[in-house]
Amino acid sequence: MHQCIYPIMTYFRGVWCIMEKLVPAKDRLLKSNKNWLDGELRGKILVILCAVIMISATISITIFLGTKGLQSFIKNGVSLIEFITSTQWNPTNQAKPEYGALPFIFGSFAVTFLAAIVAAPLGIGGAIFMTEIAPSWGKKILQPVIELLVGIPSVVYGFIGLTVLVPFIREQVGGLGFSLLSGTIVLSIMILPTVTTIATDAMSSLSKNLREGSYALGATRWQTIRKVLIPAALPTLLTAIVLGMARAFGEALAVQMVIGNVRDIPTSILDASATLTTIITLNMGHTTYGSVENNTLWSMGLILLIMSFAFILLIRYLSSRRKM
Amino acid sequence: MVTAFMEKTTENQAVQSSSQSHKESILKVNNLEIFYGEKRAVNGISMDIEKKSITALIGPSGCGKSTFLRSINRMNDLIPGARAEGEIIYEDLNILSEQINVVALRKEIGMVFQKPNPFPKSIYENITHALKFAGIKKKSKLDEIVEESLKKAALWEEVKDRLHKSALSLSGGQQQRLCIARTIAMKPTVMLLDEPSSALDPISNAKVEDLIVDLKQEYSIIIVTHNMQQASRISDKTAFFLSGDIIEYDYTEKIFTNPAVKKTEEYISGRFG
Amino acid sequence: MNSKTADRIATGVFIAIAIIIISILVGLFSYILVNGLKHISLDFLTTPSSNVRAGGGIRDQLFNSFYILFITMLIALPLGIGGGIYMAEYAKPGKITDIVRSCIEVLASLPSIVIGMFGLLMFVNLTGWGYTILGGALALTVFNLPVIVRVSEDAIRAVPSDLKEASLALGITKWHTIKTVLLPSAFPTILTGAILAAGRVFGEAAALLFTAGLSTPRLDYANWNPFSSQSPLNIFRPAETLAVHIWSVNTQGLIPDVEDVSNGSAAVLVLSVLVFNLLARWIGSMIHKKVTASK
Repeated sequence: MHQCIYPIMTYFRGVWCIMEKLVPAKDRLLKSNKNWLDGELRGKILVILCAVIMISATISITIFLGTKGLQSFIKNGVSLIEFITSTQWNPTNQAKPEYGALPFIFGSFAVTFLAAIVAAPLGIGGAIFMTEIAPSWGKKILQPVIELLVGIPSVVYGFIGLTVLVPFIREQVGGLGFSLLSGTIVLSIMILPTVTTIATDAMSSLSKNLREGSYALGATRWQTIRKVLIPAALPTLLTAIVLGMARAFGEALAVQMVIGNVRDIPTSILDASATLTTIITLNMGHTTYGSVENNTLWSMGLILLIMSFAFILLIRYLSSRRKM
Repeated sequence: MVTAFMEKTTENQAVQSSSQSHKESILKVNNLEIFYGEKRAVNGISMDIEKKSITALIGPSGCGKSTFLRSINRMNDLIPGARAEGEIIYEDLNILSEQINVVALRKEIGMVFQKPNPFPKSIYENITHALKFAGIKKKSKLDEIVEESLKKAALWEEVKDRLHKSALSLSGGQQQRLCIARTIAMKPTVMLLDEPSSALDPISNAKVEDLIVDLKQEYSIIIVTHNMQQASRISDKTAFFLSGDIIEYDYTEKIFTNPAVKKTEEYISGRFG
Repeated sequence: MNSKTADRIATGVFIAIAIIIISILVGLFSYILVNGLKHISLDFLTTPSSNVRAGGGIRDQLFNSFYILFITMLIALPLGIGGGIYMAEYAKPGKITDIVRSCIEVLASLPSIVIGMFGLLMFVNLTGWGYTILGGALALTVFNLPVIVRVSEDAIRAVPSDLKEASLALGITKWHTIKTVLLPSAFPTILTGAILAAGRVFGEAAALLFTAGLSTPRLDYANWNPFSSQSPLNIFRPAETLAVHIWSVNTQGLIPDVEDVSNGSAAVLVLSVLVFNLLARWIGSMIHKKVTASK
């Protein structure tokens, strides 16, 4: 069966002649180009090629997005300082275009942190429920729930946010409905599975001795969780939250559908807002490729790329702390 | 226990002494050292292995006997950081040389492992797997080799009606004989057996032992074993390994009745190990 | 407050959290299914979508979704399995392996919109193809590759080493051992992982917006010539997928029945992903049974 699936690999079947004992030992047993180079080396080259493709994909993504993202500063003379500190975004103003992306950078960070603040207690709480409160049946129920939540595509989250959450907030809480709050809620549900899964792994990998030792000293379950288990699992729990934040920071469509996409810094969580991803999503198709406005969108993409490197470094730092 | 093999060896005395006439050797080991990273597992051993006879390697766990066995068909190459120095001469070539085509070498020096490890395929395919790779494609030829090697492995009668059933459906002893059959099918000259019956029940063990003795007619066999009785029952020569050295290497009967070194006597009489 | 009371309150809070998580899922699913299923009909699945009028279906979007998934897997599976074999069997511990591993990590953590932008740069502008199925599939390959590599590496490492030794000891080359012993044994696990990954690819939209585009040309399903511009099989045509369709009708659509179309599409999308998940679970448990029964 595997041969139908991996047709490429069957091309490189080594052809071997039958080894007759009459052939002198030297010819039988020493490496010769004929039999050695056949299938073996080609197979090796093939898989190394796959690894090389992965490396070159990563490098070319970095280089292409890097150079493209810097063009607005180098070629179009947009000030980097203005880009990251100014709140004025008026790229279409013919007389005096302004390229202050701070509202979107702020929006991205705001919505990411708020989503993490909502998702972290829920996710870690869910993990503790599965591992400490009801280890027998809790996991059986919650685990598939988490897996199904992962399976829901982000546009579906966005669509439900748009048709249910936005009107609900407009009528019950106030404002337009399209708001930082809506974005936060949608994102926190989206990153909940990530946080819960890794937090569950963290809690269940703790040694049994920790729990037993604490209970033996007469501590209650809550005291054990709070004073022993959570501190012991802390680096991994933080990793869980950071991974969730990385996902929230890069999420585009679901947020874009509920956040309102305005160019001002929000003053309350009921205000509409915008993030780097939502501005890219909205304007990439509408702007002329190579124009200044278009190039600034690529600069925002570069910020996303840099942030995802930053998240990786943060996670590495956390996991190096875990090993100690 | 000791008396049991004493009886047996005295019985065989006559046969043994006549066969003690020097046999041609198949492998010559010269000052072989094997390292795992910085650690030396085998310290410069030298020995000649006789053609068409059974050589047993005994000694406590970690004494280097399995390491030595696995170096003879270069299976140690799989272990990161393992390297060997010295010589193992086979057919006038040093097996340890960079120039050796290990794939061709392993066809001539086959190996059977401690735990039966048949492929999760049919009994028939377990034997033909390597044959097909070696270029034998004709169905009639394959059928012939399968039957021949299963017969040699004393398994044919038990499995001839279910050749296309999964090899995993066989008992442990049958699986091990299948592994031997699959090695025989490659027509090796040397067979390396790494504690081939230690994972088996006594009845299967006895069958595998009988088989090994039969195989001596055609193959040079080197067997690692923890079982002193097994070594004394089936082998012609025995090497006693301790901490990476060969303490004593002689005819089995000599080792078990009148060892030259005190350590050997202590080990085979069960005082340590 | 004594410690007993605190313990009880804490337990109550944890149970409440579990209930919240479960009700979120139940709420989402029942909303999607209750609102969506009533719009799913043979007619909905087989009529083309409309840009302005009500009553459009999702025929082309559905086909595009599966077709892009198929092309993506066609590229990502051999590459990913090859990468997995490299990592499991050939990579020696050291700098180069660390670099490859970091690359996989970077690829895995890239936001899909960034992958979409890279796709726009590479497969749309640089190649001059414009919005194409192939460009979309290549972007999705970048998105998908790390998962397949990881799954394959783990699956190959999980094959008992004595099988590999058995094959090598019979004088079979490493590469042939990988092909005929390791891959067949690892295959079920790889398949399960690949199906789960397929579910993720199927619902992905952000990476496709700027690579496969927001439109589909008029398709003639009788035309099987992959080079014809009207053929559904042409990989050099733009193609809006189901996930992208949900986004585009909601954000830039003009049709009056946006909600009906989105509800129906969302239900189809979620049900498809559900089927992928169940299929993966089912295959996984079948294999598990087979393996445990034979031992």
